[in-house]
Amino acid sequence: MSATVLSDLWFGVVAFFWVGYFFLEGFDFGVGMLLQVLSREQAGRGAMIGAIAPVWDGNEVWLVVAIGATFAAFPSWYALLLSGAYPAVFVILVSLILRVVAFEFRGQRDDPHWVAWWERAITFGSVVPPLLWGIVLTSLLFGLPVDKAGDFVGRPWDLLRPAPILGGIALTVLCLLHGAVYLCLRTSGPVADRARRAVTVLWAPALLLAAGFVAWVAFGTAGGHAHGLLSILVPALGLVALLLVLPLHRAAREGLALVATGGGIVLVLLTLFGALFPNVVVSSIQGAYDLTVTSATSSPYTLTVMSVAAVVFAPLVVLYQGWTYWVFRKRLSSGPVPEG
Amino acid sequence: MELAALDLARWQFGSTTIYHFLFVPLSIGLAPLVALLETAHYRTGDAGYRRLAAFFSTLFLINFAMGVATGLVQEFQFGMNWSEYSRYVGDVFGVPLALEGLLAFFMESTFLGLYMFGRGRLPRAVHLTTIWLVAIGSVLSALMILAANSWMQHPVGYQINPTTHHAEMTDVWAVLFNPTLLLAFPHTVLASFLTGGLFMLGVSAFQLLRGRDSELFRKSARLAVVWCLISSFLVVLVGDSLGQLVGAEQPMKTAAAEALYQTQAPAEFSLFAIGTPNGGHLVVNVTVPYVLSVLVTRSFSGKVQGINNLQAAYQTQFGPGNYIPFVPVTYWGFRIMVGIGFLALGFSLVGLYLFRRGRIDTWKWFQRAAIVMVPLPFVANSAGWLFTEMGRQPWVVFGLLKTQDAVTPSAGIWSVALSLGGFVLLYLILAVIEGWLMWRTILGGAPSEAKLDDDSHLELAY
Repeated sequence: MSATVLSDLWFGVVAFFWVGYFFLEGFDFGVGMLLQVLSREQAGRGAMIGAIAPVWDGNEVWLVVAIGATFAAFPSWYALLLSGAYPAVFVILVSLILRVVAFEFRGQRDDPHWVAWWERAITFGSVVPPLLWGIVLTSLLFGLPVDKAGDFVGRPWDLLRPAPILGGIALTVLCLLHGAVYLCLRTSGPVADRARRAVTVLWAPALLLAAGFVAWVAFGTAGGHAHGLLSILVPALGLVALLLVLPLHRAAREGLALVATGGGIVLVLLTLFGALFPNVVVSSIQGAYDLTVTSATSSPYTLTVMSVAAVVFAPLVVLYQGWTYWVFRKRLSSGPVPEG
Repeated sequence: MELAALDLARWQFGSTTIYHFLFVPLSIGLAPLVALLETAHYRTGDAGYRRLAAFFSTLFLINFAMGVATGLVQEFQFGMNWSEYSRYVGDVFGVPLALEGLLAFFMESTFLGLYMFGRGRLPRAVHLTTIWLVAIGSVLSALMILAANSWMQHPVGYQINPTTHHAEMTDVWAVLFNPTLLLAFPHTVLASFLTGGLFMLGVSAFQLLRGRDSELFRKSARLAVVWCLISSFLVVLVGDSLGQLVGAEQPMKTAAAEALYQTQAPAEFSLFAIGTPNGGHLVVNVTVPYVLSVLVTRSFSGKVQGINNLQAAYQTQFGPGNYIPFVPVTYWGFRIMVGIGFLALGFSLVGLYLFRRGRIDTWKWFQRAAIVMVPLPFVANSAGWLFTEMGRQPWVVFGLLKTQDAVTPSAGIWSVALSLGGFVLLYLILAVIEGWLMWRTILGGAPSEAKLDDDSHLELAY
């Protein structure tokens, strides 16, 4: 396989892991955000956390692999992404650290204050990552001050421009909707009732934000209409998927509704990555400084090694993670969550 | 980037990594021990083993969460503070990091979820398998991280691209069978096993002293003693070979570990030394003749090169510069690590002797000593990493890239200072909470059978 094909392929692999991360962790971010809203009783919140308790940790690994794959396949992209978005990445790390320990520490004591405190940490750790990752990833497309050497030469607030902020908010609200739909599928009782109402409330804002975002990508960036039919088809299908969420939800087709919100997230993110390609970071200083798949790539040998590893192990991961969801397929009532 | 920001970036890497590696060895060490307890329960049906497994797995889980949380920082901060390093080595170094996620993290986290919540929902044999897979995943993770680190100590299987001047992998098997890795991996994993074993022994001894469930905790103490004996014996054995290899691959590190300024043949092993930190000589030095020659060269008269001689040689080879690590850290780091290793070996022997004589219950001093031993392997692990990482300075990749050239050019002093301060503050708070939770769990003792039955009903209900 030629070197450029391999690099293009690995851009796809990196995008795959990011998309998988938000498809899966998206709903447990959503559940984490809804924690403060959907139930005042500890039992209800316990059921909500119980619905994601066995799987959130495995979902988070998708992020670790997305970043690791970027490091191995596009070292310069990895270096620029994390050093350029330094303050955002720092805040994301703090929120993720709090989230990880909160899931574990929450159940260690019965004291309601203790439990409530860690539930707030879970919510904080569920709002910040989609918001800031949305901003960071959108910034890659809308441009960052990157110089000839591929270094970020701007200020921390250079990320906080309208389009990236819209990207961050859209992704966050999509995760909220995804989480609400997930709770409809996985719980019963009062929590499920309120989750159903949340879906109807969140559906329209999520759809509008997603539509605004993909429109901005399509008309506001050169890459947004650079791939012919795909540039139209991918965002359009994403919006159709999101459009279908409410009818499916009303028809009590909860599994399909979850596929639709997940599909919406996947296609909106693919719109972003598709518009970015073949760049990996657009320079707002001048086009010649854009970091591209070709300029950021690892050697063909390394990409070949990684490809073999991915072909062998990625299906295995999908298989046993899928099996986990099968094992924990039962609905949860608003009963207490076991500790551990 | 100005010098101060470089220093802060180094402090951030050092402090977050040392902190991370307080939790990791305990997770690696406790996972197989919990798996052994689960296996004992599976095979004998003895409810005592189930209670022990539940008790130690709670401690394991509290600790595991901290390892996972702090590990995220590790994966990101190469790019944040060390972007030049990331670009230079990513083609080689990024591969084991990515593989760690794909091979190890997915396995650990997915099967941990199944272990925690799958009891009663999975067939018993399958449930038992999940905790073993967690243990295997944690060891695989160590393998990948040490493959990456070994390449920094002893780069192999690469070439420097003439256009980009970055390292590129040419042979993945050379990277995965790096001679340094073949010793550093078992050394680190065995040290982690020892950490878990001494932890289990200390906690069990504490319960024996309190007279709580003595019959139960005698079992875990016995398991831990045997485990500690095997792992401490092997960690010392492998460490000795590793020391010899480092002497050949990174002679400056060996010289700095010994504060050996002038080349000697035969070389004396220093037991205690006080020197001027930056000066080229020692004020006090208590030595044993021949021992260093034997350790490094396996002969009584072998030549061991001194710091000053190596500095001169490196200046010829690599150009002007200071190639001497910070000797007080390497010298004492090495001694603390080795000292604790031998102490643990001796202690495990005494423990085994007491068990064979049936005196473990009467010898209260041994139980008290076992509690005192608990923090020591953590000190040894930190000392070992400080020694091996600081002994490589000024290089970040030995012979290829200096630490000062690896840092992010654009990172300002304020962003590094704020993130360093933020992590330190957060980590201190979390350390207090984790320590307190562990202490509470230990005080609570092993959960009763009735409690375990209750819990499993709860799990099934949801």
